Amino acid sequence: MFSIEHITHLIDAWLYGNLPPTLALLIECLIVGLAAITLFAVLGLVLVLMERKVSAHMQIRLGPNRVGPGGMFQTVADTLKLAMKEGLTPDGADKFLFNLAPYLVIVVSMMILAPVAFAKGVQLWDLNIGVLYVTAISSLSVIGILMAGWASNNKYSLLGAMRSGAQIVSYELSAGMSLISIVVLTGSLRISDIIASQQNGWWLFKGHIPAVISFAIFIIAVTAETNRAPFDLAEAESELTAGFHTEYSGMKFALFFLAEYVNIFIVCAIAATLFLGGWMPLHIGNWAGFNHVMDYIPSSIWFVGKVFSLIFLIMWFRWTFPRLRIDQLLRLEWKYLLPISMLNLLLMTLIAINGWHF
Amino acid sequence: MAFLNKYISDVFGAVRSLLKGMRLTGYYFTHRREIITQQYPDNKEQMHLPERFRGEVVMTHDANNEHACTGCTACELACPNATIKIITKFDISPEGKKKKALDTFVYHLELCTMCNLCIEACPTDAIKMAQTFEHSVTDRSQLTKKLNKPGSKIREGIE
Amino acid sequence: MIEELATTDAGEMVVNVGPQHPSTHGVLHLVITLRGETIRKVEPHLGYIHRSIEKMCESLSYRQFIYVTSRMDYLSSHINNHACALCVEKGLQVELPARAKVIRVLMDELTRLASHQLWWGAMAMDVGALTPFFHAFREREAINDIMEETCGARLTMNYMVPGGVMADLHPNFQKRVKDFIHLFRSKIDEYDELVTGNVIFRSRMEGVGRLSAADAISYGCTGPTARGSGVRCDIRKLAPYEIYDQLQFEEPLETGGDCFARYLVRMREMRQSLSIIEQLIDNIPQGDFQAKTKAVLKLPKGEFYSRVETARGEFGVYIISEGGMTPYRIKFRSPGFSNLSALDHMARGYKIGDLVAIMGTLDLVIPDIDR
Repeated sequence: MFSIEHITHLIDAWLYGNLPPTLALLIECLIVGLAAITLFAVLGLVLVLMERKVSAHMQIRLGPNRVGPGGMFQTVADTLKLAMKEGLTPDGADKFLFNLAPYLVIVVSMMILAPVAFAKGVQLWDLNIGVLYVTAISSLSVIGILMAGWASNNKYSLLGAMRSGAQIVSYELSAGMSLISIVVLTGSLRISDIIASQQNGWWLFKGHIPAVISFAIFIIAVTAETNRAPFDLAEAESELTAGFHTEYSGMKFALFFLAEYVNIFIVCAIAATLFLGGWMPLHIGNWAGFNHVMDYIPSSIWFVGKVFSLIFLIMWFRWTFPRLRIDQLLRLEWKYLLPISMLNLLLMTLIAINGWHF
Repeated sequence: MAFLNKYISDVFGAVRSLLKGMRLTGYYFTHRREIITQQYPDNKEQMHLPERFRGEVVMTHDANNEHACTGCTACELACPNATIKIITKFDISPEGKKKKALDTFVYHLELCTMCNLCIEACPTDAIKMAQTFEHSVTDRSQLTKKLNKPGSKIREGIE
Repeated sequence: MIEELATTDAGEMVVNVGPQHPSTHGVLHLVITLRGETIRKVEPHLGYIHRSIEKMCESLSYRQFIYVTSRMDYLSSHINNHACALCVEKGLQVELPARAKVIRVLMDELTRLASHQLWWGAMAMDVGALTPFFHAFREREAINDIMEETCGARLTMNYMVPGGVMADLHPNFQKRVKDFIHLFRSKIDEYDELVTGNVIFRSRMEGVGRLSAADAISYGCTGPTARGSGVRCDIRKLAPYEIYDQLQFEEPLETGGDCFARYLVRMREMRQSLSIIEQLIDNIPQGDFQAKTKAVLKLPKGEFYSRVETARGEFGVYIISEGGMTPYRIKFRSPGFSNLSALDHMARGYKIGDLVAIMGTLDLVIPDIDR
């Protein structure tokens, strides 16, 4: 049966068989780095195109359809345009921070890629505190946004950055709470353990209603954390023109844009890993025949399928709902999501202690 | 307890209203026949502008290259933007009488607002609105048009 | 120096919203004073699209000046033209044929619907929902097609002439309007489903931008802005022109005075306009579409005023005639200008996001404010 794990093992064996270990390790690092950057570029192009097509069809339009078949190369053309544009730095801006901010944001989203398991055995770094690592690193991106907003010397940017700061700091709480509720069930922070624990069914189905609630809260919280509508206050177009990246142009703007989409991919990947079993095929209890049929679908397809359906859900939100106001946004978090998720965590702990889950 | 009831019903009501909207956008997402995009330069053949559509002023000429303009300048007077300038000349009829006739009908498309007042004012229906709408040119001078065709003359019997 | 201007010692921040800003729908320039996110003061600066239409009209004859008024409130251009034609007819003492009156009212209501549809889409876009805009334009397109067929243009129709309308209705008119009514009856429920009932939209609208009835009157607000505060001000009811006094329709009134009240008034107005069109579309009397008028119109010496209800409120035309071919002086009373003046009062103490929502419910058309 085809699997990416097989290929990675082959390459690994060949490298260590024919080269000195240090060189082999170096070359492996290089391959992994290149793969990550390629994945980044491809993700950006695919997700932007997907967003444009999804929005177009929800808005009874055709969307991009001139460049390439069905507009497939539209985003490639857009990227080329952005790459060729002049990257302006405003006169009154803090030049160092202004130019640093987009790289910080993109580096942060690259770092979160590390513990994500893309398929069976395809994982850059299976560290034993995977979930903690993800939550810790993802909160760094707000520094990049604050930096961009402050350094731009633009009031719209400043307001957008401040909003973003308040928003990300508060929504991280409920995102973390929902992650913990799954960690309580599995008893491990290691991503591979979490996936393995879903061998006989996904936590979304095994964990009764509390799992469903924490999944819903997680999706809402990460929509807010990635600055997506209806929580796109940091860049609220009709209020702050473009929020924290008002002054950015050219490739620096493209990096923000790319980071936004890669962040969506990552948070959806995390959600898929924790609640929908990552690359684990759909298994139901001890229906051996059914499970066997499901195993025939490659694990990478399972993973990509799950992640993209979650991404579609988030895009669906964006193209349906109006934007919240800043105080309502915070009220939603502190008065609704946080109490509910705390109660939910309590329930989840009860379930885990008594072993009520399937 | 009442507070808790309200809290829970608030949450459920909110979720229901959000799902309603998502159902609608989901419907449009899955129904391609609802798409209203018109792919303009490609659909030129199928485009039908209504006959009253006001694109630009033209002068009608018949097969003998004759028009109906007497050069009365009613359209020039009716125009609010000085779009039309009529230059007249004196024709000598076979009987030797001098008669005022149209020499050049100058039409400034760049000044025209397509208000239809000149067509309303014309006593002989010499001018009408054409359904063209692609007026972009590379040089502004091309927008100043001469509406009577070269060598055309007034139709017999129009006073 | 810029630093000094930007922040006052009270910790306030001055932000220039516009003249190029996504939510001002044109070249409105608002100087807003902020404290954090809270608005302390809003100061509208006008004049970016001033074309001195009033002065321009003084050199145009009574037939010619009507077309210019389409360029003021371009979303209800037909209704603007109507007011001018009414004013000239008042001076000329012309009695209109019944058919012309019905055609005018039909077109007015279609224009109102088209204007409200665009407002609905733009309003939703202001509060961050981008999809409704395209849905609104789909229905508006149907109205524009009807206009194009009968009037010859889609936006600045110039279909009114003193004494009636420029051309008779197109033979397809009745059928297409009936099709449109059928279409829109189902789509307006979709509008409610997508936006009106949405909990986020409701929380953005309710209790925001309160305007009391007394303030609405003192600021001179008219149209849906005042009706949202419970002030009866529909010219079609208070001073009926054409055949509005024979029609069955109600003036939608809401007492909330907040953004949601103004929103509801407009949504109800759309349904009222639909019912007016339904009443008239099968009862268009036969006859002339234009009364006989002289080729050159001369108003007698005196002052004439007429007013109509546009999609935004009361629109008035005031003509002073010296007996010549052109007006001596023309003054337009545009609804947008008075409604904008209440913006500062409404927005104080609310957030930036609310300012955008309030401007959305005011339904500002900047050329109408600046003229």
